[in-house]
Amino acid sequence: MSHNQLTESGRLHHFLSIEGLKRPLLTEIMDRAEQFSSISHQQVKKVPLLRGKTIVNLFFENSTRTRTTFELAAKRLSADVMSLNINTSSASKGESLRDTLHNLEAMHCDMFVVRHNQSGAAEFIAQHVAPHVSVINAGDGCHAHPTQAMLDMFTIRRHKQHFPNLRVAIIGDILHSRVARSQIQALATLGVGEIRVIAPKTLLPTDTKTLGVHVYHDMEAGLKDVDVVITLRLQLERMQGALLPSAREYFQCYGLTERKLSFAKPDAIVMHPGPINRGVEIASAVADGPQSVILEQVTHGIAVRMAIMSMALGSQAELHEATA
Amino acid sequence: MNLHIKNGRVIDPANQLDAQHDIFIRDGKIISISTYLDGFIADQTIDASGLIVCPGLVDLNARLREPGQEHTATIESETCAAVAGGITSLCIPPDTDPVIDTPAVVELIEDRAKKSGRAMVYTIGALTQKLQGELLTEMAALKKAGCIGVSNGLSPIKNSLILRRAMEYAATLDLTLFINAVDPWLQGNGCVHEGAISARLGLTGIPETAETVAVARDLLLIELTGVRAHFHNISCGKTVQLIKDAQNKGLAVTADVSAHHLHLSEHDIGNYDTLSHVMPPLRSIRDREQLQQGLREGIICAISSHHQPLDNDAKLGPFAETMPGISGLETLLALTMKLVDDEEITLNHAIASLTSHPADILGIKAGQLKVGVQADICIFNPNIYDECQPSTFVSAGKNSPFSGWLFNNKVSHTIFNGKLVFEQDKIDRITV
Repeated sequence: MSHNQLTESGRLHHFLSIEGLKRPLLTEIMDRAEQFSSISHQQVKKVPLLRGKTIVNLFFENSTRTRTTFELAAKRLSADVMSLNINTSSASKGESLRDTLHNLEAMHCDMFVVRHNQSGAAEFIAQHVAPHVSVINAGDGCHAHPTQAMLDMFTIRRHKQHFPNLRVAIIGDILHSRVARSQIQALATLGVGEIRVIAPKTLLPTDTKTLGVHVYHDMEAGLKDVDVVITLRLQLERMQGALLPSAREYFQCYGLTERKLSFAKPDAIVMHPGPINRGVEIASAVADGPQSVILEQVTHGIAVRMAIMSMALGSQAELHEATA
Repeated sequence: MNLHIKNGRVIDPANQLDAQHDIFIRDGKIISISTYLDGFIADQTIDASGLIVCPGLVDLNARLREPGQEHTATIESETCAAVAGGITSLCIPPDTDPVIDTPAVVELIEDRAKKSGRAMVYTIGALTQKLQGELLTEMAALKKAGCIGVSNGLSPIKNSLILRRAMEYAATLDLTLFINAVDPWLQGNGCVHEGAISARLGLTGIPETAETVAVARDLLLIELTGVRAHFHNISCGKTVQLIKDAQNKGLAVTADVSAHHLHLSEHDIGNYDTLSHVMPPLRSIRDREQLQQGLREGIICAISSHHQPLDNDAKLGPFAETMPGISGLETLLALTMKLVDDEEITLNHAIASLTSHPADILGIKAGQLKVGVQADICIFNPNIYDECQPSTFVSAGKNSPFSGWLFNNKVSHTIFNGKLVFEQDKIDRITV
C-alpha cells in the first residue's frame, strides 16, 4: 500500500508511517541522525538548516517526551516552533480537526507535527493540508508512531550493527500499540531475521501473523536467544475491558524480570518506548540494569527527529524547484 | 394517459418472460404485452430498441433521512434518486426521527411520498417503542396504518425475553420481522472487519461473531415463535450457512445482501478510505465470495441498496469518527448487473433479485410485468459503458466508494404507476 508521503523522486515529504518506505530511506534517516547526534555534545547545539521555517506541534493527545523532543529537534535545526495542545473532548471531533487545520494553514506554516487519538488522523491531515506543507506523524491512535520506531532502530543499530542476524522480541499490548506496529514494519524493512511478539491472546490482533511476526504466549520460549527485548507500556485501563485480570498477574506472566531476561542472549539489550510502569511490564532492576538502553532511546529521539524533519523540509526545496 | 413501449427486450423472471415485446399501458396499468390492442392510441411512445425492459426495482432497505434529517436528504430528493436508479418501490426502516412507532409517522411519510409521486414508499414499523428494546409498539395499529413489517432497525434488542415476546406478537399479527443482526457487545466501538486490515491500520475490529452470534440467537427464537423473518444486509459467509440450515429446517427465513458487500471487501478501505466505512463492515474476500455463492444458491434471495445518503462533512475526518454508510440507490442496478458481466449470476437471476424476490418478501404485487398490474417499469441500456461519477448523483448523498468504476446498464427510463417519472436524456430538467 503506497502512502502519499514521498515526492515523485522518492524523497520524504510527509512522514506518516513506516509502511511503504524502502530500506535505503530508513538507512539514510539513521545515517543523518548519526551526524546530528554529535551536535548535542557541542557548545552551540544548533545548525541553521531550517532557519526561517515554521513548525507547529499539534497535539490532540497528551505527551511530554515526544512533544519535548520534537520541540528540541526543531529548535536545534533553527526553526521557529510552536506547540498547541488541543482538547479533543468536544463532541464534533472531526469538525474541529478540520477547522483547526484551516486556521493554522492561514498562518503559513511549513510543517505540522501531529499526535491524535484516532488511527488515520495523520493521513487525514496530510490529505487536507496545502501541498507545500509537510506532516509528521507523532502517533495516531493504534496505528503508527514512525519516529519512535526510527529512534528504536537507530538505538538497535548503535548496539547491534547488522539487522539481518538479529532476533527481536516485542512484549505486551500489541493490539493497542502504534509503537509496535511501526517497529514491526521498520524491523521487517531492515531485514531483521526474526520478529517475535509475546502477549496473551487478548492483547494481540486477530490476524497478528499477517504482520509478519512469530507469536508467543510464553516468555521463556519467546525470549530464548533474542538479541533485542522491547517491552511495551501497559495502559492500566486495559483491566476494564476484560482484557486482563490484574496488573499483578500481568507482571507475573509478562513482566520483564531479571530471571526472564536471562532466557535472552547474555548481551541482549532492553528497550521501552516509555513512560514505564515499574512493576507492571518491567522490573526496576531490569529498567535500571546494565542491559537497559531506555534513556539512550530518549536521547536518540532528538537526533532522529532532526533527521526526519530536515529531510521532509529539504524536499520542499525540491518541490519549489520542480514548480518554478 | 396511454404509453407504448416498443421493441424492448422484456425480461420478467416472475412470469418467465424474456423476449422482444411491446408493452401497452393505460391508466397506470399494463393492459397488454405484445398484442396490439384495437383503438389504442399512444400519448407517448418509448422506443426501447436495444434496451432491456424489466419490472421497476424493489429495494428492501433505503434511508431517505426524512423525517428528522431533512438537511441531509428528503423523501422528495431520494425518491428522485430512486427512480434515477430504476427503483419504483422501496422500504424505509423505522429509525427515522421520530421513530416509526406510531401511525402518525407512517401517515406523514406516506403523505410526503405521495406528494413526490415518483415511487412507492413502504414503511417498516418499529418493533419496540422508540427502538429502545423495552416496550412493544402498537403493531396492530402500525399494520393498519400501512407498515409492511416490523423491525428494530440498527438497535439490536439485547434482552432475549423481550425479543421473544416481540416475535410472538408480530407472528400473531402475521407481520414479517426485519432484522439487522448484531451483538452490540461483540461489535463494541469497532468500525472495520476484524482481520488483517484492522491489524494493519490499528482500527478497532468488528469480529464476524458480532453478526453470527446474533443470527444464531435470533434463528433459535424464530424457530420457537414461528415468526416470519427476514435478515437485512448480511455480511459474513458463516451467516449464509446459518440461514441455509434454518431454511433446510423449514423456517420461514429469508435474507438480503447489499450490492456493495457483493463487490467490496475490507481491502477496499486501503488507507482509511472513509467512503468504504459502512455497517456492517466490509468483510474478507472469502466472505464476499460466500455471499455471492449464497446468492447463487438462492439462500440470499434479494439484493438491496442499503442506501444511506450523507453530506460531505460526515465523511471528512479520521476513519472511526466518520459516519458509516453508502449512497446506493443509483448504483444498485449497475452493481447487480456487473455480477452478470462477471459471470457470477445469470441475467434472469440478477433481475429477479431486484424485482420479484424482494416483492415476495414484502408480499406486494410489484416486481412483475403482466396484464392488469400497476405499470412500474425500469428500462436500461446494457450497451453503453460509463464511468461512475458520484458527484452527478441525483441523490443528496454523493457518498459512494464506486467513483471511477466502469458501469453499463444505465437506467434510461423509469415508469411509475404508468407515468414516465425519469428519463435519462432529460436528467438536467429534474429539479430536486
